[in-house]
Amino acid sequence: MSAILKMISQRLALGLLTLWVVTIIIFMAVELLPGDFAEALLGQAATEETVAAIRRELGLDQPAFTRYFLWLGDVLQGDFGRSLASDRLISELVGPRVYNTLFLAAYAAVIAVPVALTLGVLAALYRNSLYDRSVNVGALAAISSPEFFAAYILVYFFAVQNAWFPAIARVSETTGFGARLEMLFLPAVTLTLVTMAHMMRMTRAAIINLMASPYIEMARLKGVPRGRIITKHALPNALSPIINVVALNLAYLIVGVVVVEVVFAYPGLGQLLVDSVAKRDMPVVQASCLVFAVTYILLNLLADILSILSNPRLLHPR
Amino acid sequence: MSDRSQSGAGESHGAQGDILLRMKGLRIEGRADEQWLEIVHGVDLTLRRGEVLGLIGESGAGKSTIGLAAMGYARDGCRISGGEIWFDGVDLAKASDATKRKLRGSRIAYVAQSAAAAFNPAHRLIDQYCEAPVLHGVLSRHDAEAAAKDLYARLHLPQPETIGFRYPHQVSGGQLQRMMTAMAMSCRPDLIVFDEPTTALDVTTQIEVMAAIKDIVRQFNTAAIYVTHDLAVVAQMADRIMVMRYGDLVEEGETRAMLDHPKQEYTGQLLAVRELAKEEAKRPEGATPVLAVRNVSAAYGKVPVLFDVSFDVPKKRTVAVVGESGSGKSTTARVITGLLPPSEGHIEFNGEPLPADYRQRPKDHLRRMQMIYQMPDTALNPKQRIRDVIGRPLSFYLGLQGKQKEARIRDLLALIELEPDDYIDRLATELSGGQKQRICIARALAAEPEVILCDEVTSALDQLVAEGILRLLIRLQDEFDLSYMFITHDLATVKAIADEVVVMQNGRVVEAGPKGEMFQPPHHDYTDLLLSSVPEMDPDWLDRLLAERGEQLRDRGI
Repeated sequence: MSAILKMISQRLALGLLTLWVVTIIIFMAVELLPGDFAEALLGQAATEETVAAIRRELGLDQPAFTRYFLWLGDVLQGDFGRSLASDRLISELVGPRVYNTLFLAAYAAVIAVPVALTLGVLAALYRNSLYDRSVNVGALAAISSPEFFAAYILVYFFAVQNAWFPAIARVSETTGFGARLEMLFLPAVTLTLVTMAHMMRMTRAAIINLMASPYIEMARLKGVPRGRIITKHALPNALSPIINVVALNLAYLIVGVVVVEVVFAYPGLGQLLVDSVAKRDMPVVQASCLVFAVTYILLNLLADILSILSNPRLLHPR
Repeated sequence: MSDRSQSGAGESHGAQGDILLRMKGLRIEGRADEQWLEIVHGVDLTLRRGEVLGLIGESGAGKSTIGLAAMGYARDGCRISGGEIWFDGVDLAKASDATKRKLRGSRIAYVAQSAAAAFNPAHRLIDQYCEAPVLHGVLSRHDAEAAAKDLYARLHLPQPETIGFRYPHQVSGGQLQRMMTAMAMSCRPDLIVFDEPTTALDVTTQIEVMAAIKDIVRQFNTAAIYVTHDLAVVAQMADRIMVMRYGDLVEEGETRAMLDHPKQEYTGQLLAVRELAKEEAKRPEGATPVLAVRNVSAAYGKVPVLFDVSFDVPKKRTVAVVGESGSGKSTTARVITGLLPPSEGHIEFNGEPLPADYRQRPKDHLRRMQMIYQMPDTALNPKQRIRDVIGRPLSFYLGLQGKQKEARIRDLLALIELEPDDYIDRLATELSGGQKQRICIARALAAEPEVILCDEVTSALDQLVAEGILRLLIRLQDEFDLSYMFITHDLATVKAIADEVVVMQNGRVVEAGPKGEMFQPPHHDYTDLLLSSVPEMDPDWLDRLLAERGEQLRDRGI
């Protein structure tokens, strides 16, 4: 058991190291963006003195090196600073957005993961049947069409033609849970459509790959029915690749949803990031990027750990 | 089915003599290159209750395919295309999947060649044992667990109460094979198909498994089809033997009668296969050995695997390094070639110490020591033509190009008895196992080496093919004054090729000397165990040996 703990703490340390590298990259990338907040803020009224005054006031006249460590130190204490544009606390600004994004991602995942795994297992069970082919074609079609296209098609049929669901998802902090579920149904289905194909196809491929193993033949020669062979004998050994592709898609649900947020006018983190880049509101950009990075790293870490735990060789050493 | 499920030890399912399984004109086809080719051509087979039938032949003879057909099963890419398979009133060739599923596991069970691969790595062993009885409604989970522990004890597995709660990777190969036999017995079937159950095991472990199988099959009066390529093994197990070749029956008869008086020439060849023996050549007096291993210890990471290993390979002689898997034979070869630098000791080549790491050895030294591997399938690049496989060392070590190189490739092909015009442009995948191994030999010869390290080069081959390879190696040794270090676990191979023998166990050399002395008593205990464990053609050998060992144990008061 200690071997597992050791392995997990190693992964955790690596994750932290990655995160640190990411903070450097985020900071440098933001530095490299053309333009300057002071100039953007003052616009026509910018004179050398006023620009310099604002820079001094915001600490932008310090060297980048110093500013990086000041920022990092604050972040480590949970202080992301204030938005340059609105002067609001960034934690207040980003917090509700993060909640919204996570809510949508979780909603989509709750639909997509079970459906994808079930479809994948069934596709492996009825390999090369009409069902298998049509699910594959459907999934590929869904993943090949752009998100906004899928979103607008859904809106057209389920919000315009039949007014079953709202076409926009303008939630606020007072929106109740049930209302949220209803408002977010179409965005969640859109995201399900674009993420399901990967997970479904990986499940199918991982299981089919194992179907030639001697232990599957052994199970067949023990008279085990086909469905049970797949769920009991193949699936537990196929978990590792499936977990990894699920984690990648969950990460995508959080960091890749800007387009869907825009289509449904949903106040998520992606929208905030895009707006802040346009306004050169660097502290907000940095904070948003950091949230994305943490999500990505955590999900991959989780996938790694779950893969390890799904392997009895590591869980039960000799 | 419940009326026959709880039968205890020794109880017979029916009088000896009832026919349990009868195949008539069985034909099986395999799919190759988009067309169906017949691989079993109308075989008849009859098996009575409680009888053990040996199916023997080389690879490609169709023996495993027939064994599986006894369960109404054909592997992916194969199909039962004709004939009848009558098992207790049901024709399995035509039965529905549901009917066959009910019989499989409950009345006909299977024991696979590699237990390590045939147990599901994700589940505990006892769960896999209980699956069939519970699924077929023969026993409750609770009763099945109790039955499993009872069987584990009967099969002399250590800690029978708890061993089932381990995962497959936590149990040794020989134990795993016995656990699989126990699993096959779980529903007390009428028939068990054993598909090369001991082929992947060391000789000393093979005995335990053979004894366990023989014992348990007798206790429950179970009929069995025992598939193997080893006539000496089947002689211990079977009442009757069918010799197969290319999907046809060659000869069928009672075990003793067939061993005493084989009717067909092919059976005779199989019987004679272990009789090849090279005359031992004495070590030349006072000459420097071409290769010397001096006090070598080595480790993989922190795990030590070799302890103070020393031996010589004299010029123009063959030194066989013998031992079970895990004894350090192949690791010694890795140290000699410089792939694994030793932690202590060194290697001498013609009296000169060699750098520990192959990267520091001059190219000419690398050339003079070549290697041939166990698996010719994986040792050859499947995308390369034979011309490139053999041509590469010619240009790399000797700088040959163009016509000279082409001529040399053709010479080498002729040397290994493959017609140059037919083979030079083939891909490795278009050759049989024995031909591939010949190509590997040609590749080693191309470098014009002084020493060739042969790592189990015949153990993946059929016995007749292996014999051909051994004869070739002996001939090449005479022609080119080669020295061989020959790693093997098979003592028949040692008899066939060695001048001197080194016996290894747990990373140490336990005994070394000329072949003649090694095969004569007195031996080191371990050498004795190895030697006595090699199956002989005599059908009484196993029983006699077990009786002797039992007495020895009693004598020592164990």
